[in-house]
Amino acid sequence: MMLTKRIIPCLDIKDGRTVKGVNFLDLRDAGDPVELAAIYAKEGADELVFLDISATEEKRKTLAELVRRVAEKVDIPFTVGGGIASVEDVGILLHNGADKVSVNSSAVKDPALIDRLAGRFGSQCVVVAVDAKNVNGEWLVHLVGGKVPTTIGLYDWVKEAESRGAGEILFTSMDHDGTKNGFADETLSALSEMINIPVIASGGAGNMQHFADTFKHGKADAALAASVFHFKEITIADLKQFLRKEGVMVRL
Amino acid sequence: MKIVIIDYGAGNIQSIRFAIARLGYEAVLSHDPETIRSADKVIFPGVGEAASAMEKLRATGIDKLIPELRQPVLGICLGMQLMCASSEEGNTRGMGIFDVEIIKFTPEVKVPQIGWNSIYGLKTALFNGIREQEFMYLVHSYYAPVSEAAIALTDYGVKYASALHRDNFYGVQFHPEKSSSAGAVILRNFLEL
Repeated sequence: MMLTKRIIPCLDIKDGRTVKGVNFLDLRDAGDPVELAAIYAKEGADELVFLDISATEEKRKTLAELVRRVAEKVDIPFTVGGGIASVEDVGILLHNGADKVSVNSSAVKDPALIDRLAGRFGSQCVVVAVDAKNVNGEWLVHLVGGKVPTTIGLYDWVKEAESRGAGEILFTSMDHDGTKNGFADETLSALSEMINIPVIASGGAGNMQHFADTFKHGKADAALAASVFHFKEITIADLKQFLRKEGVMVRL
Repeated sequence: MKIVIIDYGAGNIQSIRFAIARLGYEAVLSHDPETIRSADKVIFPGVGEAASAMEKLRATGIDKLIPELRQPVLGICLGMQLMCASSEEGNTRGMGIFDVEIIKFTPEVKVPQIGWNSIYGLKTALFNGIREQEFMYLVHSYYAPVSEAAIALTDYGVKYASALHRDNFYGVQFHPEKSSSAGAVILRNFLEL
């Protein structure tokens, strides 16, 4: 056997509740991230990502409480992201039971944040998330959920993040996100060749073949998706059976 | 039953407490030598960097205390590595409970290894009810080479020991608290030793 490829559902969270409409009829409370997380874990998800998009003053406290409730209930690893900008923020989340955190815009603005987090908590819990878009043939990093363009090249930034101590890269192609036409496999493959830490593919999942493609051709170590799982277009159990038949090693 | 999780400021230890609670037991977090000595079961977690973790243990004397324990002790992840003779990470001298030298994965594989890999060659009651090739969640850059102390093996570029045993001491490289229902069985097995 060998290390398996990971399937990671992503839950968007606002004020402690899931944001994107979810279509889980068997849920008592479709807005409760903990219940949704527990169902995904039971269906065979390998990890979970919670992305907090709330911008309230109570954000920190609400998120810490949610993390604690998830950690109490869920027996697979999970990552928490969204507006994390300091060692203190991360300390609170890890202390409440998060396994990893993801940093995005804050790390671009202050790259030494990656060094500080890796030094204090270890690289294994530092995921650097990167949103990028192909602008005139060049992949450029974008900030604030993709709203603000920069002149920083994707490949340069990812190499820098690795050298500063990132444990994993979560790459979202804004050109693919929401299209349901498949992941950015060519770019993912280039990234995977360039660095020696795991790469998580994000953006573009529409069908099961897209996952097989991103593992085989995109050389991704893990694949993240939201709506195809939330709307039950793909169940994780079916996806894993499909991937096994396609010759992709997954946990069953 | 008194279960103590050794708390020396290393990483996410709440998850272990929560996993034990899901099994219907209660565990306390402590770095107090008397509390640790009087426990029926001791869990020694660890996430992060070996040298700084060992430094914290020396500062509190826990590095001397653990090898003297006679009740079942379970080291998890870095906890297991610190129970070995040494680690290449930060040239760290460990507690020497397992006669094993921890070394780093070579760059032919991605480092750290992150994700679910299978365990096989399972020995001891720790793995009662666990099938060969069961999947466990692992996150690590350093590993224990195969030795006589190995009670589980895993392949990642090399074949290595993903669990160790000697007398009352057990160590697992994987995270049972994060390894779904199979991980819960291993934790239960340890608590029922």
